[in-house]
Amino acid sequence: MTSAGSGLTVWQTCALSLLVFTGASQFALVGALAAGGNPLTAAAGAFFLGVRNAFYGLRLSQLLALPRAVRPLAAQWVIDETTAVSLAQRDRRGARIGFAVTGLSLYVLWNLTTLLGALGAEAIGDTDAWGLDAAGPAVFLALLAPMLKTTTERAAAALAVLLGLGLLPLLPGGVPVLVAALAAPLALWAEGRRAGRARGDAEEERR
Amino acid sequence: MNVWIAIGVTALGCYAVKLTGLLVPAGVLERPLVRRLAALLPVALLAALTSQQTFADGQALVLDARAAGLAAAAVALVLRAPFLLVVAAAVAVTAAVRAVGG
Repeated sequence: MTSAGSGLTVWQTCALSLLVFTGASQFALVGALAAGGNPLTAAAGAFFLGVRNAFYGLRLSQLLALPRAVRPLAAQWVIDETTAVSLAQRDRRGARIGFAVTGLSLYVLWNLTTLLGALGAEAIGDTDAWGLDAAGPAVFLALLAPMLKTTTERAAAALAVLLGLGLLPLLPGGVPVLVAALAAPLALWAEGRRAGRARGDAEEERR
Repeated sequence: MNVWIAIGVTALGCYAVKLTGLLVPAGVLERPLVRRLAALLPVALLAALTSQQTFADGQALVLDARAAGLAAAAVALVLRAPFLLVVAAAVAVTAAVRAVGG
């Protein structure tokens, strides 16, 4: 629905849900395109958001022990929700069933609601008057909130906000978000230094 | 056309990472540093995207009804409201502020 509000056609919106099928990446791509970003920088931002799925795949491949032939088909369903459900099962059979059921039902629902949303947004016309342009950031915030557990995550988020907003007037569309991604390695580096110093202090005290 | 290019590139890229996770041997990606970085990247990207979509108008920074909507979403999140309610709160408050003339 937000995507149709950003100038994508119904077909483009549906293709996005069918082919990409990773919510955060889809919203990011649409947001970057709406902001006038170049298609490749927009795609790069969406791609980095999807990288976490590779790590879900790692956990799942051990858990599900799928035959090689099935893996390319199963891959499209490797997302936050299917991983969460599969990991919560007690045995392999349960995990496989959980993965298949969650994957199929989410895939069908997600694409149906995309179609309805896109058609609905077309019918409404001026989506901004209904406040629908606030749906995108609200979705991001809802995805982000549960991730902010430790100081490192909060520092990365704060730094990314500063970089993203500070560079926005200076760099072409889509690029500030990619630069803001550097907040992740920077926060990790700062965490490493802090841990190193704490260890150093502890050794000093022992002497 | 540009939009289709972006959709195509994103679809291929996102599918490739999903498949990579299923195919590569665990040892290659299981290093703690790589794992931490992969967990932090979405945090940084989502934070940057949230702030930009709230305060950006093209390349200019603005404070408008969307900020009120995002604040409503934040309150809903603190109150542990379900996902759809969080988004609905943001949409409703933004529309309301705009209707009043914000």
